[in-house]
Amino acid sequence: MSSANTLDAANLRDRLERLASGHGISRWDLGASCSSDTSVQVDRGEAKQMKAAQRSAITVRVWNGDDLVGISSTSDLSDQGLARALSVARDASAFGNADDTPAFSPLATAPLQELDQPLHEPQNILRLLETLKEAERQLLSRHRSIGTVPYNGLAQRSSERIYLNSNGACRQQLQTTASLYLYARAEEAGRKPRSAGAVRLAYGATELDITGCIDEAAERTISHLDYAPIQTGHYTCVFSPEAFLDLIGAFSSLFNARAVLDGVSLSNRESLGQSLACPFFNLHDNGLHPGNIGASSFDGEGTPTQRLALVEGGVLKNFLHSEATARRFGVAPTGHAGMGAKVSVGPDYFEIGPTGSGGPELAGQSGLDHLKHQGPLVLIDSLSALHAGVKASQGSFSLPFDGWLINRGERVSIEAATVAGDIRTVLKALIGFEGPAKVTPDGVCPYVWVDGLSITGEA
Amino acid sequence: MTVTTRAPEGGAAQASGFGNHWRERLEMLLGFGRSSGADLVEVFLERTDQLSVLAEQDTITSVSPAFGVGAGIRVFRGSHDGFVSTNDLTQAGLQAALEQALGMLGLEPIARPGDAFSGLETLRDHALSKADWLQRCPELHEATGRLLDGTARLERHGRHLQVRRGSYSRNWQEVLVAASDGTFARDIRLHQSLGLNVLAADGDHRASLGRRYGTSDRPDDLREWDAEASALDVCQSVGTMLYADYVEAGQMPAVLANRFGGVIFHEACGHLLETTQLERGTTPFAEMVGQPIAHESLTAIDEGLTGGAFGSMSIDDEGMEPQRTVLIENGILRRFLSDRAGEQRTGHPRTGSGRRQSHSFAAASRMRNTFIAAGPHSPEALIASIDRGLYCKSMGGGSVGPTGQFNFAVEEGFLIENGTLTKPVKGATLIGEAKEVMPRISMCANDLELAAGFCGSVSGSIFVTVGQPHVKVDSITVGGR
Repeated sequence: MSSANTLDAANLRDRLERLASGHGISRWDLGASCSSDTSVQVDRGEAKQMKAAQRSAITVRVWNGDDLVGISSTSDLSDQGLARALSVARDASAFGNADDTPAFSPLATAPLQELDQPLHEPQNILRLLETLKEAERQLLSRHRSIGTVPYNGLAQRSSERIYLNSNGACRQQLQTTASLYLYARAEEAGRKPRSAGAVRLAYGATELDITGCIDEAAERTISHLDYAPIQTGHYTCVFSPEAFLDLIGAFSSLFNARAVLDGVSLSNRESLGQSLACPFFNLHDNGLHPGNIGASSFDGEGTPTQRLALVEGGVLKNFLHSEATARRFGVAPTGHAGMGAKVSVGPDYFEIGPTGSGGPELAGQSGLDHLKHQGPLVLIDSLSALHAGVKASQGSFSLPFDGWLINRGERVSIEAATVAGDIRTVLKALIGFEGPAKVTPDGVCPYVWVDGLSITGEA
Repeated sequence: MTVTTRAPEGGAAQASGFGNHWRERLEMLLGFGRSSGADLVEVFLERTDQLSVLAEQDTITSVSPAFGVGAGIRVFRGSHDGFVSTNDLTQAGLQAALEQALGMLGLEPIARPGDAFSGLETLRDHALSKADWLQRCPELHEATGRLLDGTARLERHGRHLQVRRGSYSRNWQEVLVAASDGTFARDIRLHQSLGLNVLAADGDHRASLGRRYGTSDRPDDLREWDAEASALDVCQSVGTMLYADYVEAGQMPAVLANRFGGVIFHEACGHLLETTQLERGTTPFAEMVGQPIAHESLTAIDEGLTGGAFGSMSIDDEGMEPQRTVLIENGILRRFLSDRAGEQRTGHPRTGSGRRQSHSFAAASRMRNTFIAAGPHSPEALIASIDRGLYCKSMGGGSVGPTGQFNFAVEEGFLIENGTLTKPVKGATLIGEAKEVMPRISMCANDLELAAGFCGSVSGSIFVTVGQPHVKVDSITVGGR
């Protein structure tokens, strides 16, 4: 972490208290962050782009005499910037929502769980460049058809975030993270280009599993070279862990108290305790999972991050909450809040798996193995365009995917296709889980078998 | 009451604004960069002032003002470049950023004597006539009032509406671009957008739908908004879609409506005509300038000049005045969209298309107002030419992948049976590849209209316009149930 780009929580508090007092503001809170990033991209052995960024930002909320909240954000952390932010937030508070006013989280001073997040010194950017060039070279050498790696990047970040409030809460977290992505493009004569990729995260650039990333990107890209169109119809589908986590993430409003209160969730207050999925389906949100690189130990309101049961035995158990939604439901905040005049709520890191081991009641159908299945079976490796093809408030989805048709033990890449369905039906049509849960950047999940989904192909 | 976040007198760097008084500081930086061995140095300075407001049902539920400053410094050497962004606009902060960018290219930051930089040109100040734009925008009480009027009209005209939302955003940006080739230009941009969204529910039937309207450089935009027409449009559409069946999947002809139907061209073809894609080797049209890539009925244009359009600008983010660029003329590929780096690396001349979301992104070749030109047919003639197909009245979002495969959602669709529109259908996704679909756009109607949108890509999320007349695609894959 560069000393030129760090936050001094005590100094920030002193300045804010002084400035707030001068503006007649007695109740406030603040989220601040700063970061230093460096990243490189390459193109066929040459540097394509090298980037660095120093960022700083604060969001300040103030409560006025009528207990209404106003907010403002700025990248200017000077005294003038802070003063202006307070002034603007105070003016905005005149338009605060009296029916849904945020308050300080009662857990903003509760103990935090210590995270095992080693801090790494940043590598010189020219070293990053050489590392990525070598990774690209190795990936290009894996197969004659891989001509370029059009999307690639090696990045590292040092960051710091702070939460302060006028009641004395003070949260601070330092982090370093690094990421590598390699997305290869392969083309054989007379055939369409195909592409696939892989991503790795770590706490420092030296810790990245570069070989694993190259292996996965190569294997996935090569596996799509032999492709064929698929006949439109209904198929048993197997979602890769990454694809199923993406699908559940796109419908996370099912578990989101803010969305429930706003009327845009398929769930409502009465949904708690009701069956949502097959009885062998468990879903937890656990931002503290060791696989969650870059985990936050507290949310935007200072509430500690925690593991929370959302679905157990197929039954909806809890919603994700901010302070305000928790108050409306009469429960404690769960550590899933952002910061705002209207506070957003969102998941951290999903853990998906069977309720228990044993019979189908607790684990679904046993012995599932898509590689040995006689098929026909569609293996969905990755989903695309979730921003466009998911109607979360309706439950429906229609999404392009990369995957394979497995038939009598043979695996053929699918040329171009979409998978469509309704999330409520999917969760009730689960056949079972296959293999151990895989730790991914977005969560933990095994392969998931689903019965009878609609596939549209070009055959 | 106003939360227009105007700078206080005597404040920090952002209070002074940009202009000729920055010349000396910038010339020092640019000269230092050149004397250190850079072929070209570019500095992009930015001040922003943003406001977003959300109304839900009959209550203002969120008011979020934000303001900021920043700089992006880009250094070129040969075909390589290094880019550093910072929020620190002090001389020391900018110098440190420049030295970091030089170091990326292996250049030692040393001021050597020489005449590698001959100074900045006379400031091209496009902001002079725009100095009062921020002050002329509606104050918060007026903006909130207009939004609440919109959501009230939704209630009046809609049935089974479970959620009514109105949103407003105002993005004010002042930029100063200086480069060691002498470029010195300033501009003020103003983008405002309005959205109405509803969720209707009746038993098991649910439908959600929205419309977004946007303009650039029109401070009175919100005042002139026709809330009644917008609310009627949204309510009529969601009422139709509430009881729609899911579309049957398959290959079929389709008619895409005008305005936002243009997203198909934007996603399927427009991105592939950016030099950014040429550099990556991800466009199938790389060697096809002068050759047919689309049906002869199709002419497509990208420009940054239409008054008030969301993608218009006085200068691009590299200080160049925008052009009107004919991309495809009667099916023949004519030009690629190019920025400074694109010109350097691919040889395609700059088109005033260097764009970025903010100072924290390096500019890249991006679309502005992109549309298919009007053709000779009536919209009815396109529909009448189809026995069984899909009419896409309004489109949702979409994307294009690294192999040119695109997809986008149909927000509001109807079946075409025996040349007429019949029942509404939902859940459709159009997928295909540009190279295959462009030759299948066989008919263009005479009703070209534009629509505002946002485009996310390599240099961030930017304001764009898409547009087209009604067009007919002879065959496309429709994903559904």
